[in-house]
Amino acid sequence: MLKRKKIIAIGERDGVPGPVIAECLEGAGYEVVFQATECFV
Amino acid sequence: MSETVGSLGAVRVGIDGVFYSLAHVPDLVRYGSKPLREIRANPVLGDELKKKLRDFNAAVAYAPHQAYIGNIAPEQLSDLPKPWYEKLIEGATSKGRFGDLFDQNSFYVRLAAADQFDLVSLETGWFQENGGRTSAHAPKLRSKTELQAVCEKGALPLYSRERLIGAFEAAHPEDASLAAEVLLENLAAKVTAAQSLRSVCKNLDLEPDELDFIISCSEEAVGDRYNRGGGNLAKAIAEEVGCVNASGCDVKAFCAGPMYAMVQAASLVQSGVAKKVAVVAGGSLAKLGMKFESHLKNKIPVLEDVLGSFAVILSAAKPGQVCIRLDSIAFHPVGAGASPQAMAENLAEKPLAKLGMKLTDVDRYGVELHNPEITIPSGSGDVARTNYLTLAALAVMRGQIVKPQMEDFVRARGMLGYAPTQGHIPSAIVYLGHAAERLRTKEIRNALLIAKGSLFLGRMTQLSDGCSFLLDCNGT
Amino acid sequence: MNFENQGVIKRLADQYGSENLTVVLGNGEANGVEVFAETVMEGDPSYAGPLAGVALKIPVYHILEDEVMSQVPENLREEKLQLSALVVDVDPMHQVLEASRKRI
Repeated sequence: MLKRKKIIAIGERDGVPGPVIAECLEGAGYEVVFQATECFV
Repeated sequence: MSETVGSLGAVRVGIDGVFYSLAHVPDLVRYGSKPLREIRANPVLGDELKKKLRDFNAAVAYAPHQAYIGNIAPEQLSDLPKPWYEKLIEGATSKGRFGDLFDQNSFYVRLAAADQFDLVSLETGWFQENGGRTSAHAPKLRSKTELQAVCEKGALPLYSRERLIGAFEAAHPEDASLAAEVLLENLAAKVTAAQSLRSVCKNLDLEPDELDFIISCSEEAVGDRYNRGGGNLAKAIAEEVGCVNASGCDVKAFCAGPMYAMVQAASLVQSGVAKKVAVVAGGSLAKLGMKFESHLKNKIPVLEDVLGSFAVILSAAKPGQVCIRLDSIAFHPVGAGASPQAMAENLAEKPLAKLGMKLTDVDRYGVELHNPEITIPSGSGDVARTNYLTLAALAVMRGQIVKPQMEDFVRARGMLGYAPTQGHIPSAIVYLGHAAERLRTKEIRNALLIAKGSLFLGRMTQLSDGCSFLLDCNGT
Repeated sequence: MNFENQGVIKRLADQYGSENLTVVLGNGEANGVEVFAETVMEGDPSYAGPLAGVALKIPVYHILEDEVMSQVPENLREEKLQLSALVVDVDPMHQVLEASRKRI
């Protein structure tokens, strides 16, 4: 497990978006305290 | 490819023509959203910006712009020497096979001509030097001293290099929706969309009064403080071009707007509600110079100096015509999920499967075709390539190709991006012109256009969005 | 990294303490990753955002790095991340992020 358990998820629309990172890490047992998706264009 | 899958079989609406116009407006880059804010905070940036602006000839001879207006095939861009901003195209002209570039002086004159509320004033001497044409509505003319006075009171100064040639005023001292910056953006969209619409009609020998309906998918919110996004810029554009028998409305869906507008236009034709429909979009002034700081840092010219617009005419499919397949239209449902996989499944795999097609049955994909020379220096990466690799990866996961064939998939069915970073313009619709040419010559059998929209940017939802459809040729 | 997100991260660091936080990124390409990692660990390199001159020292990972991916349940990994793993070149990102994490 990652040592620090509270997760800040910053995704990218064309990479892996924020909600997807959040869902995956919550599934792994982490607490996601914030998630966002950046769009560069 | 199956012709008769589904209860309806192939359903087609014809694409009569398309036109892509670029307005080169280097002295308006300062009013793009990012430059405006950054220069207000740090005025020195304004001087640095001015040193890195291109002139009109450099914008004309820029390979991605030549591809945009139809003179270079996007598939050939990878063969051209780079960087494109240095290796300009010899003999390039501002007239394209299905597009054009027009210069800033012409833009300013049209801006004043399209203004019905005396928001724009032009310097008397400059106006006389630049054609001095009067249209139905003569522009408000002022002396340089008068212009300086209104600018001191808050009007936006309009420059041609160092020369103050005009001013743009607010329509209301307190209504933020009628501030000078907002109205300049809106009027710029109107002007550039009108240029594309006028030109597509001219190319088709179509009189504007033959159009029934105009749909605008421009990005701006047109309205006042009680109705910020009231809209119907479409009707203003229709009026500007002389479409006296048409009405219109706006379709808004972030960058996927043009694709939705095409779907709705085709549906109007297919249902018989309208016979000849135009889909138009004006340029996004807010996005000028969006990445200018990274261009300055990397010592390259400011490349986001053009307003991109387009116009498409649709009507009932004729034999042998390039068409949009209504039976291929795909949306991205609310419950679909935002992963690239969910997007690709909903916008490519599933609609193709309905037609009995695999991902490998598509000859060309038109995706987010942003010019990589603009996006890479600023850390945004090669957007087109990422999109193509996503489709290739899905094909691998479905066993249609193997992993080592991914690059071939991208090369055969994709291309380098070439659209200016205007938001809605690069999102698939930019490829329609070239796709139509390749379909007419039978070089390709079909093209799938896929656009995406970042709805989360508006803070009303975390969702992403997208829309896609297939283009092919009607039987002869 | 956009200024709004920088501001939120700063606020969360105050609220929870940097020592309890991990940032996990989803960038599609490596050049964005380096800037984001520096912003969160050492401060905004453009000196313009809320994290200008603020070194939070929060470790940064990418969702597709082995250390993170391997912890995601298999069904979620296959449905949500497998395709991205084919598209994104994770190695250069991993190099950059591993080096930054060692500096904490």
